[in-house]
Amino acid sequence: MGGNVLFIQMTWVVAAILFIFGLKLLGSAGTARKGNLMSAVGMLLAIVAALLQQGLEFQWILIGFVVGGLIGAAAARLVQMTAMPEMVALFNGFGGMASLLVGWAALGGAGNTFTLVTIVLSILIGGLTFTGSLIAYGKLSETIGSGAVTFGGQQIVNSLIVLGILASAVMFCLQPENHTWLYVVVGLSLLFGIMAVIPIGGADMPVVISLLNSYSGLAACAAGFAINNNILIVAGALVGASGIILTQIMCKAMNRSLSNVLFSGFGSAAKDTTTVEGEIKPLSVDDAFYILEAATSVAIVPGYGMAVAQAQHAVKELCELLESNGAEVNFGIHPVAGRMPGHMNVLLAEADVPYDQLLEMDDINPRMETVDVAIVIGANDVVNPAAREVESSPIYGMPVINVDKARTVFVLKRSMASGFAGIENPLFYKENTRMIFGDAKETLNGLIREFS
Amino acid sequence: MEAVFLTFILVLSIFLGFELIHKVPATLHTPLMSGANAISGITVVGAISLAGSGQHDLSQWLGAGAVALATINVVGGYMVTDRMLAMFKKRGG
Repeated sequence: MGGNVLFIQMTWVVAAILFIFGLKLLGSAGTARKGNLMSAVGMLLAIVAALLQQGLEFQWILIGFVVGGLIGAAAARLVQMTAMPEMVALFNGFGGMASLLVGWAALGGAGNTFTLVTIVLSILIGGLTFTGSLIAYGKLSETIGSGAVTFGGQQIVNSLIVLGILASAVMFCLQPENHTWLYVVVGLSLLFGIMAVIPIGGADMPVVISLLNSYSGLAACAAGFAINNNILIVAGALVGASGIILTQIMCKAMNRSLSNVLFSGFGSAAKDTTTVEGEIKPLSVDDAFYILEAATSVAIVPGYGMAVAQAQHAVKELCELLESNGAEVNFGIHPVAGRMPGHMNVLLAEADVPYDQLLEMDDINPRMETVDVAIVIGANDVVNPAAREVESSPIYGMPVINVDKARTVFVLKRSMASGFAGIENPLFYKENTRMIFGDAKETLNGLIREFS
Repeated sequence: MEAVFLTFILVLSIFLGFELIHKVPATLHTPLMSGANAISGITVVGAISLAGSGQHDLSQWLGAGAVALATINVVGGYMVTDRMLAMFKKRGG
């Protein structure tokens, strides 16, 4: 090992340490920004060290840096906070594609079977991360329909694709000089990414994004094996592990197993047969104002509808007015509210809501009985009491925010159409529930006008 | 032997990852995800040596493409995470 190589390797060790500490600091709100910076410095060191390798021709590397850097920086600067889920999905997809290309390019120097297997893995995982993320991007940005796409025989088609991947992967390892098998593996991996994500409905996207995040790490890992590079393996494994943890948290918050999310086509397959008794009691903005004015404790529970209506700033304004009126205001955030893990938190942070005012489900539920008014903004399934009470409900057992335990519940909703899975929500028919129909932002602005 | 050594590193890193991240407040789920996502752009390190091989063959072009894509992932990922984290404030802070 020459001095140069040793220096590069040692720099990568330092980079790995920075990634590890960076991730650790990312785990707590006070230090998160520093953690992200630390991990960025680690990345910079790793890249600089890689550039010190002997015999490099820089022209194409530089072109890659400039093109990628400009696109990445522009996208990161311009993206709206409400469009964050699809942005993360897109970045993720690019990472996956990069690993696919590295695996493919590593074929030139590949000798033994072990390397060939890791090349196939990096192509497979990278490819399905890429197309899977693109489909997720399409669903999240509503470029394509966000619903679950299911068709008869889907499982059979998918099984055939998996078998095809396995068979062509084996053939590729046996005959690496025959590139047909390589192209088949690439093509089928890309196809598999599409097929794996189309049957998953929009509301299950938090799980899908976390899982794809994990895959992009694992793809980097596989690419690291293919080119014998430690830092790729370490960094990729850290990302893979963090993605898997997030995936687990999301699945738990929906009380569903990962395989149920991935394979059931929940969004269209679930049919709810329960009928709910009671009547809908609509409320005007004027009357809502009088109730809110008298309230001393208010809980706001946002959902994806708040993101769609871009209502986070109006929410913050109303929250301030309520506080200056002497009420205590808290937010109850369900782990899977929105389209990605922590979606609501990001939007409310954008509107300057302090993060210690955002309570997690387990913290707000015990307080719910002392709350005068719970305001549900564009959330549906995450506040559905059927999850507690109706054993036949498709979401029975899912932990929900118990807004129905509050003295009064306001539900801000566009119309009576049910949530994504077509599940009836008995909350709307409860004695203490009032429906305020209309665009969430309009309604909130109406309330704000009444207050000021 | 190399394979065993690399697998060793893989297994230890995965355990380390689980230990590091297993308790993260929900507020930070998005930044954690996009920050980790930026780290997955580490592929750029592998892509650099392929893109700079000077062979002018398919493998170099693939490497150059990988450098560009992974750089999008790295630059975009870190910047967007920082932008989000800059917005997180404590009450009264």
